[in-house]
Amino acid sequence: MFNLTKRTNQSKIHTLLLQLGAIVAALVAAGIVMWAMGYNPFVIYTKIVEGSVMVSENAKKGGVPYRLLQTINKAIPLVILSLGVSVAYKMKFWNIGAEGQFYIGALFAAYVAFNFKQLPPYILLPFMFLSAFIGGGLWGFIPAVLKNRFNASESLTTLMMNYIAIGIVTYLQLGPWRDPEAKGFGRMPYFTENAILPKVFGIHIGFIIALILAVIIFVLLKKTKLGYEIAVIGENETTAKYAGINTAKVLFITLFISGGICGIAGMIQASGIEKTLTDQISGGLGFTAIITAWLAKLSAPIILVVSFLFAMLLQGGAYLQVSMQIPAAISEVIQGIILFFVLGSEFFIQYKIVFSSKIKEAK
Amino acid sequence: MNDFINALALFLQSAVTMGTPLLLATIGGILAEKVGHLNLGVEGMMLMGAVIGYVTGINTGNPFIAIIAAGLVAALGALIYAFITVSLKGNQIVTGLALTIFGTGFANFIGSSLVGVTLPASVKGALSDFEMPILKDIPILGKMIFSQSIYVYVSLLLALLVWFYIKKTSFGLNMRSVGENPAAADASGINVTLYKYINICLGGFMCGIGGAYLSLVSVPSWQDNITAGIGWIAVALVIFATWNPIRAIFGAYLFGAIQCLDYKLQNVKFNFFGNPFTINAQLLSILPYFMTIIVLIFINIRKKKENQPPAGLGSAYFREER
Amino acid sequence: MKESYIELCDITKVFGPVIANNNVNLSINKGEILAILGENGSGKSTLMNMLSGIYRPDSGSIRINGKPTLFRSPKDAISAKIGMVHQHFKLVEVFSAKENITNGLKNGFIYKNKQLSKEILALANRYGLSIDPEKKVYDMSVSEKQTVEILKVLYRGADVLILDEPTAVLTPQEIKKLFMILQNMKKDGRAIVIITHKLNEVMEISDRVTILRKGESVGSIETCNTNPKELTDAMVGASVNLSINRPENIKGLPLMEIENLTITSPEKVNLLDNVSFTVKKGEILGVAAVAGSGQKELCEAIAGLQKVASGNIIFNSEDIVGLSPRAIINKGISMSFIPEDRLGMGLIGSMNIIDNVILKTYRAGKSPFIDRKEGKKNALQIVKKFDINTPSVYHQVSKLSGGNIQKVLLGREISLDPELIITAYPTRGLDIGASHKIYDVINDQKEKGVGILFVGEDLDVLLELSDRIMVLNSGRVMGIVDAHKTTKEELGLLMMGMKQEVAQNV
Repeated sequence: MFNLTKRTNQSKIHTLLLQLGAIVAALVAAGIVMWAMGYNPFVIYTKIVEGSVMVSENAKKGGVPYRLLQTINKAIPLVILSLGVSVAYKMKFWNIGAEGQFYIGALFAAYVAFNFKQLPPYILLPFMFLSAFIGGGLWGFIPAVLKNRFNASESLTTLMMNYIAIGIVTYLQLGPWRDPEAKGFGRMPYFTENAILPKVFGIHIGFIIALILAVIIFVLLKKTKLGYEIAVIGENETTAKYAGINTAKVLFITLFISGGICGIAGMIQASGIEKTLTDQISGGLGFTAIITAWLAKLSAPIILVVSFLFAMLLQGGAYLQVSMQIPAAISEVIQGIILFFVLGSEFFIQYKIVFSSKIKEAK
Repeated sequence: MNDFINALALFLQSAVTMGTPLLLATIGGILAEKVGHLNLGVEGMMLMGAVIGYVTGINTGNPFIAIIAAGLVAALGALIYAFITVSLKGNQIVTGLALTIFGTGFANFIGSSLVGVTLPASVKGALSDFEMPILKDIPILGKMIFSQSIYVYVSLLLALLVWFYIKKTSFGLNMRSVGENPAAADASGINVTLYKYINICLGGFMCGIGGAYLSLVSVPSWQDNITAGIGWIAVALVIFATWNPIRAIFGAYLFGAIQCLDYKLQNVKFNFFGNPFTINAQLLSILPYFMTIIVLIFINIRKKKENQPPAGLGSAYFREER
Repeated sequence: MKESYIELCDITKVFGPVIANNNVNLSINKGEILAILGENGSGKSTLMNMLSGIYRPDSGSIRINGKPTLFRSPKDAISAKIGMVHQHFKLVEVFSAKENITNGLKNGFIYKNKQLSKEILALANRYGLSIDPEKKVYDMSVSEKQTVEILKVLYRGADVLILDEPTAVLTPQEIKKLFMILQNMKKDGRAIVIITHKLNEVMEISDRVTILRKGESVGSIETCNTNPKELTDAMVGASVNLSINRPENIKGLPLMEIENLTITSPEKVNLLDNVSFTVKKGEILGVAAVAGSGQKELCEAIAGLQKVASGNIIFNSEDIVGLSPRAIINKGISMSFIPEDRLGMGLIGSMNIIDNVILKTYRAGKSPFIDRKEGKKNALQIVKKFDINTPSVYHQVSKLSGGNIQKVLLGREISLDPELIITAYPTRGLDIGASHKIYDVINDQKEKGVGILFVGEDLDVLLELSDRIMVLNSGRVMGIVDAHKTTKEELGLLMMGMKQEVAQNV
């Protein structure tokens, strides 16, 4: 016999210990799974780290080592997407439409890249950047309106809009925007050189944008009036109305910003990595970002860390495939298991189990 | 004219083939949502079922065992989801996504050694198209429904059974009350937790056999991400069918037909009063999602209470909450 | 003495810092209607929720026929033949009456539609209840919903029927009918427990009364051996001198005039019915009323948070009825609303003191950035002035004690220099020391000429603190009395809806 009660006071240390414990437990559990499948978990974990951040002996040609570069490249869109969704989640708006906002952002950017080729890069790139923000923003704005006007569940509408966005990109890729020179392939033309993000230290400057965005989001949420309003609505909508906050207006602005940032991630991925737009460009990053944002408790600095760790898992998984012929999918299995444990650990932060020894039972 | 009917029948037949995994997954989604749980792990559970169904089919040569195994492994995935969201009151959306990530990894990991391995004839044969005597000769319907894999018949039967369970049995009444108002169900003496677990896992089972249909019947071989997003269409379809398994049958075949058009209409030129045009298959493929949003708006405007999402959808229940 | 059917012994239940029940004892007999009488927050509902398996007691025991029984869930209570009609109905909106009644029972695999309808109708007829088994709950009136709840309990074969405030939502005719039905059930040998705070009903229907006060059982008495006055005394307790200061009020000018204010619920019930009164500058107008008499709606309507059906709210000769909180602020009106559920409305529990203090002032200035420096200064001042016990102004508000949480809210509102303070139960859940601190603060404001609308539950406090007291019952003003001259008994009777000749021209 036990009783459940809600914890009234959660100490930070208690929370942190539980979360760390959950991750350790998850790594152990994933290790057991690997062991059961006939792999040595220690070797796999070592290889993941090695494959994602270690400097390989012979690939040091100045700039950032190749594997670390790959990890950073994977972390960039993840960071930006996580920042984007965190803004919406701060007001408890369950935007799972990052994927769609990403694609529409990339789409708007691609439109500019294809149609204003003559512009110099220092004008074209900001123009693409801005269009991506507006495109993603609109894609986030629509579900906000649907929620406000029709009370349509945002988690369902944003989910649907992901696939609408991808469908539109596929259509353009195979139809009107198809590269006539790419014969059999259904793909769009590559961006011209002036539409491609320049590199610093061998990494496209998306990483600088990601860092700047992290600072901006941190400031937005922590230091501005809007950020304060977002937090108040998220924590207690009744109090927000009591204080005279225009909740609908804040909802619209917030979702425009949230979607817009996800759109920027799309532009950066298209311009910095793919150098064109494809309907495969995200590969589900929009969904992973929901998880990283949630794991980071919507804190911009922690998002940087968590996204990097996730990127390590992704890159390490790819490395496992190449170096040991272990399917890269193993990193998804590990991700899943870690998530299960961390999700489960939340419970012990929120609730307290009182065992019957402490309850005086009926005599 | 005859040609047209034949072509239509063939088209509808493939629409049903495409719609069957959707139907099964949608029923699974309905079961979970009816007890108040939005499970975004459908895609992951389908993949788990697809891969385990395939492995079991290869190793046992028994299609029945393969399908059951597929259902069970997905139910196990659903059990993890249920434990986190019901007992540990975790966030349903994140947990569902986690399940999809896990399931995808799980399937592709195991599946990596299955690429190129073919199914034994015993499995393929048992699940190949089976023409129902007499019924197969009904125009159009005969081809559409009665000349299909036995899997299709089973899926239809399951849809009807689940409908019957939800609408006509005492257990169905109880499960609906759990999803609508867990506090009321609890006060009525219903074991809320148990009902949630059972229906979520049952839903997982359906998703699993839906996934196995892809690897055992419609494809039938192993390829990475074999579901190709069908699980997400199923999430949409649950709403489109307004949580009704019978409507889900029509919805699944409609969405299946739209997917077929994807392939079939690519090179067809139509003529509209002398103006030639082509229907864009890719644009058609977004139709299911678009219609789902319209349905969400529509059920809100119409305010017919029976068509609303289960009132308790998405929130955890804690009895002593004050 | 004969053995009681159900015996509650030394039941204690604690919610966080609040002791809802403290060593409560109670007995229930078959063939008897027992009334449980008590003010708001005296622990009546909590106690009965334990008997129906919703809550588990922290200590104490429940005996049925002398046998200790442990209720783990409502299911256990149902098997023990105990059923409860909750104040907030626990019904599934999209279900029909029949589906709600039979829900959760073992009725065989297939739902026997027609047969169950017949059974329900038979059962309803037996007790004189009228019901349409096919009608959906969302189409029902409140009293129809209650009938469904009662039948739900009866259908489960309950021997003990607990009704939590069953008459609160009914019309007089409906109440009469309900009481007839309860009498029928009593004749049938069932035990009825009715939770109420309406004295006339207790006198009319019950055989015995158990009185709870502040989570403790005060005593039980046969109804025929008592009278309303005695019960009121037991319920409110003996008059205590709280020695709260009452500064003389400067005969102020009218600050706010409420004219014929009417508020209707979505079910078209009048929550406030043609209410008119005036709040003057430099006075405390107390409001006494049992829960659900419309006081909450009144406060929220003034603050701009409640839709008003008709009437005017004239503030300094300007009509502010129907304006949003923002619009009221924009008019330059400084009004402070201190609601009853502080963490539900008014404060953000998960935020620190500074962020709570700036809630109403953060908009100042054109800068998009928030000025927390000013907020911190303000917060430090409030902490100092109101003696808030906190490690720092960065401490999360929900982790403070109840009294300190209230001081944060009060401190913020008063730092805004309001002209009017509306406050509902500002000392709920606070100890005596903390409460007195709050009274002092309110009195300070009064002396500064602020008008104060004070909704209270402790009549002793109202009597000593207020200048005038307005009594509400079912949304109507029963009277406005001079707090210097009236008595606790008079207030109690007015609150219970017993109209007496009361001086209204104060």
